[in-house]
Amino acid sequence: MIFNEEFETLPREALEALQLKRLQQVVRRAYHTVGFYKRSFDEVGVVPDDINTLHDIIRLPFTVKQDLRDNYPFGLFAVPMSNIVRLHASSGTTGKPTVVGYTRRDIETWSNLMARSFVAAGLTSNDVIHNAYGYGLFTGGLGAHYGAERLGASVIPMSGGGTKKQIMILQDFGPTAICCTPSYALYLAEQGEEMGVDMRSLRLRVGIFGAEPWSERMRQEIEERLGITALDIYGLSEIIGPGVAMECTEGRNGLHVFEDHFIVETINPDTGECVPPGEEGELVFTTLTKEAFPLIRYRTRDLSRLMEEPCKCGRTHVRMARVSGRSDDMLIIRGVNVFPSQIESVLLAIEGLEPHYQLIVEREGTLDTLEIQVEMSEDLFSDEIKTLQNIEKRITKDIKDYLGVTAKVKLVGSKTLERSEEKAQRVIDRRTL
Amino acid sequence: MKVEQISIFLENKPGGLEHVTRVLADADINIRALSLADTSDFGILRLILNNTNTAEKALQDEGFTVRRSDVVAVEIPDRPGGMHGISKVLAAENVNVEYAYAFVERSGENAIIIFRFDDIDRGIKVLLENGFTVLPGEKVYRL
Repeated sequence: MIFNEEFETLPREALEALQLKRLQQVVRRAYHTVGFYKRSFDEVGVVPDDINTLHDIIRLPFTVKQDLRDNYPFGLFAVPMSNIVRLHASSGTTGKPTVVGYTRRDIETWSNLMARSFVAAGLTSNDVIHNAYGYGLFTGGLGAHYGAERLGASVIPMSGGGTKKQIMILQDFGPTAICCTPSYALYLAEQGEEMGVDMRSLRLRVGIFGAEPWSERMRQEIEERLGITALDIYGLSEIIGPGVAMECTEGRNGLHVFEDHFIVETINPDTGECVPPGEEGELVFTTLTKEAFPLIRYRTRDLSRLMEEPCKCGRTHVRMARVSGRSDDMLIIRGVNVFPSQIESVLLAIEGLEPHYQLIVEREGTLDTLEIQVEMSEDLFSDEIKTLQNIEKRITKDIKDYLGVTAKVKLVGSKTLERSEEKAQRVIDRRTL
Repeated sequence: MKVEQISIFLENKPGGLEHVTRVLADADINIRALSLADTSDFGILRLILNNTNTAEKALQDEGFTVRRSDVVAVEIPDRPGGMHGISKVLAAENVNVEYAYAFVERSGENAIIIFRFDDIDRGIKVLLENGFTVLPGEKVYRL
């Protein structure tokens, strides 16, 4: 089943003509309403009139996360605040988050894209959707929520946490679909099993999982333990939130990018040159229909490859393979984006701390854990255990407050962490998906 | 009246104590008193030595994180009730003890308690006022 059948099955020629028209519109609008785009286009000597074919998109400069940071909080908005009906935020590279905004029409668009995603997963208005994506500034919770309501399904706004309660709701309310991170799905399975609940006998049939990378092996394990079909959804706040691309239940092989709303490119992360479909590259998106926060050639740092072969579901929109990695040092811990530099900001703000730290990321069982090893120094050292323990607690609290992740802090001996002449190896990621 | 103690940060893994004691042995340092306090992740090794300066330098050169602090050494008769005698007084005078450790003297008649007080000067004052024998650093280093 297809939600917007007309648009999702547009023949390529018509789709590309639509993309070109919308691209010209967004480029013109961005150039004339957002100072940043006028400056960055002027810098490379391109004007809106230069965009006459889809291929001309490569004449436009890239937008990167640093640009969002430089224009924090609302500098890239193309409409006045009175037209903005929602603000969301995601992790930034330092202390400040990345801010995004939505007009009423953007919310409509987003809701439709999420509804499309649910239908691609085989859901209808008869389904009951257990939404365990976090509600709040994070786009996951509200994104899935509005999409479910747009579809007409019955949404249970669970958000994250409270696992025992979640399992009780899964049993008592009998939702037929679940949305959360794939690692949380495994965690629920594990906790449920420990509670003696037969997770496979629940009414769940489908899971829509995203916000972190996951493997085929994990998919099989989730499907086995929960007795469901597990599908991948992709998105990022800057582009719109979840609903940028979705795996179809018929194909289960790559995620359809909703090309009537987004132009997707893959580039070589080092040179910026486009790579052809089939080859791995960094995903770059241009928003075609967003009003409040248009984004031109935004570098996501996610690595993937485009699959142009027709899909058995009938959708003509190109598929992207599951994200295979990042071209930067961002980590995803229990679905939350974390930049090592953010952690560094927090540590340096605490008096006496040396900037010698290391992050150890592991997955014990099903959930990610983060350990921050911080080197002891003369300034930091106190003869009293309680003082050192308070420092550990302070770091954990500040990291939780600013980044939204729970980290265990371990104080280690002076000069025991590896020093290197180039960039220090800050992150040890021991997870294997 | 104050005794200098050296505290050393140790990660909670095998070999820490071996390393410290090797450094001290190589520097010909004699340990007078020792206490190892632990948490799940790290420990603090507290030592009273016969040569604080040499020991501190030797340990720092080896990369250890070291801190000097002042503690109080009190001599009490080595018999039942000895410890209670002191703690009774400290409690009555509201002197807060951060930590303490103890050992018996060679002669067998007395025990020595090492105290770390919240307020060291007040602690010493209270002990002296109540007739306790507070040992000066020089005496402890040479025990």
